[in-house]
Amino acid sequence: MTREELPNLAESKLTALVVDDNFVNQSIHQKLLARLGIQNDVVCNGKEAVDAHCSGRNYDLILMDMDMPIMNGIQATKRLREMGIESKIAGVTTRANEGEKKEFMEAGLNDFQEKPLTISKLLSILHKLDFYVQT
Amino acid sequence: MLGLGVDRLQADINRLLASLFHQGVLDEHFLQLQQLQDETSPNFVYDVINIYFDESEKLLRNLRLLLMDREFSDYKKIGLHLNQLVGSSSSIGARRVRNVCVAFRSASELSNRPGCLRGLEVVEHEYHYLKNMMHELFQLEQQRLLAAGVRYPI
Repeated sequence: MTREELPNLAESKLTALVVDDNFVNQSIHQKLLARLGIQNDVVCNGKEAVDAHCSGRNYDLILMDMDMPIMNGIQATKRLREMGIESKIAGVTTRANEGEKKEFMEAGLNDFQEKPLTISKLLSILHKLDFYVQT
Repeated sequence: MLGLGVDRLQADINRLLASLFHQGVLDEHFLQLQQLQDETSPNFVYDVINIYFDESEKLLRNLRLLLMDREFSDYKKIGLHLNQLVGSSSSIGARRVRNVCVAFRSASELSNRPGCLRGLEVVEHEYHYLKNMMHELFQLEQQRLLAAGVRYPI
């Protein structure tokens, strides 16, 4: 998909939080979101994601890695849902067998994608979570 | 004459990239990385690749320290480090590094210490080859930018 064909979602004022302990993935995920016009922040683990919400921040979409130190994606997702956070949460992870994927989904995810994240996969997440209507 | 310099350098860059794709060193995710580079982040590829080098070298050092320890038994830690390497290698399109990390991870899951040591050597070899190739690519791109700058003086 060329740059010209990509939707610009800046007018929808969507916000996203990237939760990942890997700096390479942080950079790429942030850039993918920015390319679609989605303002975004980044934190390094599940605890920082929970703390961000405790401090009053809120996001339309959370891209949640699974394996992270201190608090992993499954624990963080459960905690956010217990706090009443209704943001759409998409799990993104390098590998997950069916059991791990099931556990992650049951923690409260709205969607799940395998890494590496691409523009197509991100658009698929946005479409599935009703943030973007394909024309 | 100057224009020919830029064209020649671009041809060298294209040839190097084609070779790296043909060898399976890089895959389509490297192309995505290039496509994400734009006027708002003109050094995006260079910056991300350097983050990858920093992170990978820390992980490789930690892996070597763990495996060199005679008392070593924490294969779970090896697995966690390798998950990181697999993840970041996949994200930048470093296919061969990713694949050898997956093989190394299989040895760690079997608590196979000799297999892990061999795996580490293979990963280190592939990683250093990739790093050398990336440095060559960045040097060529830098030369091309300089040549283009000379061609179009302000």
